[in-house]
Amino acid sequence: MTASAPSTPARRNTARRARRMTWIAWGFATPFLVLFLVFMAGPIVASFAMSFTDLTTRDLETPFAVNLIGFDNYVRLFEDPRFVRSILNTLAFVVIGVPLTMGVALAVAIALNTGIQRFRTVFRVGYYAPVVTSIVAIAIVWRFILQPDGLLNGALSLVGIEGPNWLQSTTWALPALILMAVWRNLGTLMVIFLAGLQGVPREHHEAAMVDGANAWQRFVNITLPAMRPPMLFAAVITGIGYLQFFEEPFVMTRGGPLDSTLSTAMYTYQQFGFGNYSLASAASYVLFLGIVVLSLIQFRVLGKKD
Amino acid sequence: MTRRRSWWLYLVLTAGLIVMVMPFVWMFISAFKSTPEIRQHPTSFWPIDPTLDNFAELFGRLDFTTFFANSTIVAVCVTLGNIAFSSMVGYALAKLQFRGKRLLFGMVLTTLMIPGVVTFVPLFVLTANLGLVNTYPGLILPFLITPVGVFLMRQFMIGLPDDIIEAARIDGASEWRIFLRVILPLCGPAIATLTILTFLGSWNNFLWPLVVATSEEMYTLPVALALYSISQNAAQYGLMLAGAVVVVVPVLVVFVLLQRYFVQGIALTGIK
Repeated sequence: MTASAPSTPARRNTARRARRMTWIAWGFATPFLVLFLVFMAGPIVASFAMSFTDLTTRDLETPFAVNLIGFDNYVRLFEDPRFVRSILNTLAFVVIGVPLTMGVALAVAIALNTGIQRFRTVFRVGYYAPVVTSIVAIAIVWRFILQPDGLLNGALSLVGIEGPNWLQSTTWALPALILMAVWRNLGTLMVIFLAGLQGVPREHHEAAMVDGANAWQRFVNITLPAMRPPMLFAAVITGIGYLQFFEEPFVMTRGGPLDSTLSTAMYTYQQFGFGNYSLASAASYVLFLGIVVLSLIQFRVLGKKD
Repeated sequence: MTRRRSWWLYLVLTAGLIVMVMPFVWMFISAFKSTPEIRQHPTSFWPIDPTLDNFAELFGRLDFTTFFANSTIVAVCVTLGNIAFSSMVGYALAKLQFRGKRLLFGMVLTTLMIPGVVTFVPLFVLTANLGLVNTYPGLILPFLITPVGVFLMRQFMIGLPDDIIEAARIDGASEWRIFLRVILPLCGPAIATLTILTFLGSWNNFLWPLVVATSEEMYTLPVALALYSISQNAAQYGLMLAGAVVVVVPVLVVFVLLQRYFVQGIALTGIK
């Protein structure tokens, strides 16, 4: 149905009101917009631009008087074995850490969602507690727990296992950091998965039970497909978080032993500390690209319908 | 569910719970031990000779009073800024019709996931040129808005009924008046969640304060703790664990008391 054109003064009135509303709305957005442009959008663009220059500490006063050097920083990065090592470490952290965290969180969420009536809040609070705490503080605690004669090896010796010197071993340092990350982050995913599980219709499970499906078959054919959106979301946020792991090696290993826990974020910070600002920007942009690519891959893998 | 089944579920979940909580328990107990006692081999779980020396040293020889104050000042300012600015732009995005709305919301969404590690180098160059390195504004300004906060407020406000806004408009109230007198008072739960999430984020924030606080009197707690833990105090186990207690225990207490708001935050934004 087409409305007859309103009379001219009325239309002008509406247009004026719309224009006025636009002004008011942008007024509401102004503080956000200013801070956003100066402290977020600006630096993202500047970071990209800086990665093609030779900016160092000396140019701090005159950041626009630097030379363009094309892809030199990127070439330098990939010729630096420490940077390549940091990328491999970061990838290992993500590729092992994300599925592990998701698996444990899903198991806890399913356990809490089936057959537990009492103490649910106690469990939820306990499993979630590490999420709210400072990584720096808990990294210090874990540094002591992972000492050769620390709490973990003490517990292992109770069952007859002699634990390694976790943080001084090139083999065990990275797995130890991954374990700590799983411990710290599974609470977030547990809450997300619990919300997802509550959306799985109970009738589907009951119907499948009538058809004689066992618990595992019901998990694979009913629960998992229904859990695809929360799992995709969980994979993306955990992956992005793990790509940036920094506090853990900073406090627990200083990136060692022999760079076996050097992360790309840590490498970036070190280059920044040496005053190589443009090189640090290039390294951070590689990380940023990694974040974008990881998100795209995860959307494709987990988001596909069938 | 049968009784037998839930019996072993409780057992497994309780074992997991012990693993989750044990590091905190051990941290808390060990903070009251002297360093020689912690290093003793074999160590006892409970302190043999409980002492407050570690805390006395933190707030005496080391300047943890200042660090605690810095962390609090920064977190309070950051939280107030986020409440004010996020709810303002959230109201525009949720309830006003205007040109450029989709562009504005697009900006919020695309920056939701951009991490600090990508922006801290140019941000430092900018801060240095503004003369804000090693100042409170330098620590606070970049965090006065967070895309997550905007998103949270928008999501909540969309759920508020339009009728009350229309009614107020017919009564001749200005948009500012509607925002302050009608909308904000209804946003209590969202503001509570936003307050907790931003305060916590600021309290635990590490990379930027590490970069911008270049001298000791501007350190926040995590920065002080991290730098001490890798310096000459590294071997002072008791001291470091007491420092961790000072950072972690206030947060844990608040979390246990207000845990439903944390869960609500995840429900509203899908983001911790």
